[in-house]
Amino acid sequence: MFELISRRLLTAIPVLLAVVTLTFLMVHSAPGGPFDAEKAVDPEVLIKLNEKYNLDAPLYEQYFDYLYGVVQGDFGPSFRYPGRSVTELIFTGLPITFELALYSILFAVLLGVSIGVVSSLKKNTIYDYAPMTVAMLGICVPSIILGPSLILIFGIWLEVLPVSGWGDFSGDKILPTITLGTAYAAYCARLTRGGMLEVLNQDFIRTARAKGLTETRVVIFHALKGGLTPVIAFLGPAMAGLLAGSFVVETIFGIPGLGRFYVEAAFNRDYTMILGSSIFFSCLIIFFNLLSDLIAAIINPKLR
Amino acid sequence: MLENSKSPFKQAVDRLTSNRLSFFSSIFILSLVAIALLTPFLAPYDYAYQDLDLGPVGPSPEHLLGTDTLGRDLLTRMMYGSRISLMVGFLATSVALVIGVTWGAVAGFSGGKVDSIMMRIVDVLYGIPFIILIILLMVIFGRNLILLFMAIGAVEWLTMARIVRSQVMSLSKQEFILAAEALGVSRISIVFRHLIPNAIGPVIVYATLTVPQIMLLEAFLSFLGLGVQAPLSSWGILIRDGAVSMEEYWWLLVFPSVVFSMTLFSLNFIGDGLRDALDPRSES
Repeated sequence: MFELISRRLLTAIPVLLAVVTLTFLMVHSAPGGPFDAEKAVDPEVLIKLNEKYNLDAPLYEQYFDYLYGVVQGDFGPSFRYPGRSVTELIFTGLPITFELALYSILFAVLLGVSIGVVSSLKKNTIYDYAPMTVAMLGICVPSIILGPSLILIFGIWLEVLPVSGWGDFSGDKILPTITLGTAYAAYCARLTRGGMLEVLNQDFIRTARAKGLTETRVVIFHALKGGLTPVIAFLGPAMAGLLAGSFVVETIFGIPGLGRFYVEAAFNRDYTMILGSSIFFSCLIIFFNLLSDLIAAIINPKLR
Repeated sequence: MLENSKSPFKQAVDRLTSNRLSFFSSIFILSLVAIALLTPFLAPYDYAYQDLDLGPVGPSPEHLLGTDTLGRDLLTRMMYGSRISLMVGFLATSVALVIGVTWGAVAGFSGGKVDSIMMRIVDVLYGIPFIILIILLMVIFGRNLILLFMAIGAVEWLTMARIVRSQVMSLSKQEFILAAEALGVSRISIVFRHLIPNAIGPVIVYATLTVPQIMLLEAFLSFLGLGVQAPLSSWGILIRDGAVSMEEYWWLLVFPSVVFSMTLFSLNFIGDGLRDALDPRSES
């Protein structure tokens, strides 16, 4: 177990380093500096600014300075919002994005697993075909279509749910959660069905049934543990996908989370913010992949 | 050999056409491609032509799918948009195909140190969240179409390389490769003449499933405003414009969304159908 963790952590290091280096080089090879704004900056001021942000140092020096900062959790100052640091901005948006991702993953797992279990138990009946066809639909309809369509139907035509915002009133969290979670619910359903079908054919399930256990008990206490392995292995990539999906969903619904900050920084050419949040997002995604690998290994000893 | 026996290729075609869903999907995609290719001749209007006096009107005999807020014909814009969306999808897939197949074939055939170094590189690249790098690329170097599909293609080759490598590794142990080596065929031509053509089945399947992924990525970027720029259009841009004005003009959202979803659907069904046709042993 310990060996597995250390081996996975060791492979994560070159990945992280590659991400930091690539993003750093890309942002620094950008044509035009961060202060090439619409209104020209006084040359003297520009020199002072470059000095302040250490932009006139050689590139490798800036790189190592930045790397040193990142290791300590310091992503430097924001160019667009003077006086605020990138780290501060990231942690303003992060809780909201996490909340949205959490709701979406709960929605996806609860809905997907229940549908998958039902289809696997009623294999090759209408209770199997109908949900699986809907799941295919759910995978194919992208969030950029689902989001606006949901707003159009529930927000504008039926006027039952708010179309944007992120407040204490929980109604405005329903549509973003569905938009972000549907595709993952569909994947979960397919994975659960596949995993359950494999497990249900095995001897220990027959034994459990032969012992006279009720079907509910067989499914919940015996079959689900093995049947859910593919779903758990999927959770890491799903979490990563949800974070990336938050760019679009937060833009559609006007949610002030990290995804929207990122897209805004991209438009404002707030280079330090782009650099910082790119690295931060990448770390999160790599972390969730690592976590799901470990959980999958704990559940299924064969993978170790 | 019996007279009515069929070649493996014919058998695959038969299996594909017997799957009705993928058959109709193929017809849909082929007509879509044909329309996209012939758009300059078929389109009822010019794609940048604005009729500001007309403004947005719903579907009518003059404008079958209505017009947008600038009075541009939606059908025309969708036709031109499909050219860009399909082009990005297919060209980026080709880029991914070329890199992935070459990389995987070379790694699988060389074996040993070369193989383990090449696949270790793939492992590291797998961990990098590329959506973020692509957004970064678009922000920094402008919304260049060529760059866009080069970048997407350069990202999507990893799985392809893994598939080809495992295929090549199992193939290269077979007798006909040994025979070719014994005859003195050079290593390069063994890879390109013998190994790749024999490993092509799963590659075709995966490539078909890559096209919708890439089109989705393009739509995603265009939706955020990081894709192609006006007056050009792609489905992603049309859907974004539709979402902005859907409150009054529903057709601007509905028509592009329906066509785009149907395209993604069809490509996925074709991929599934091809998997059944080219690899009869697999069941999914």
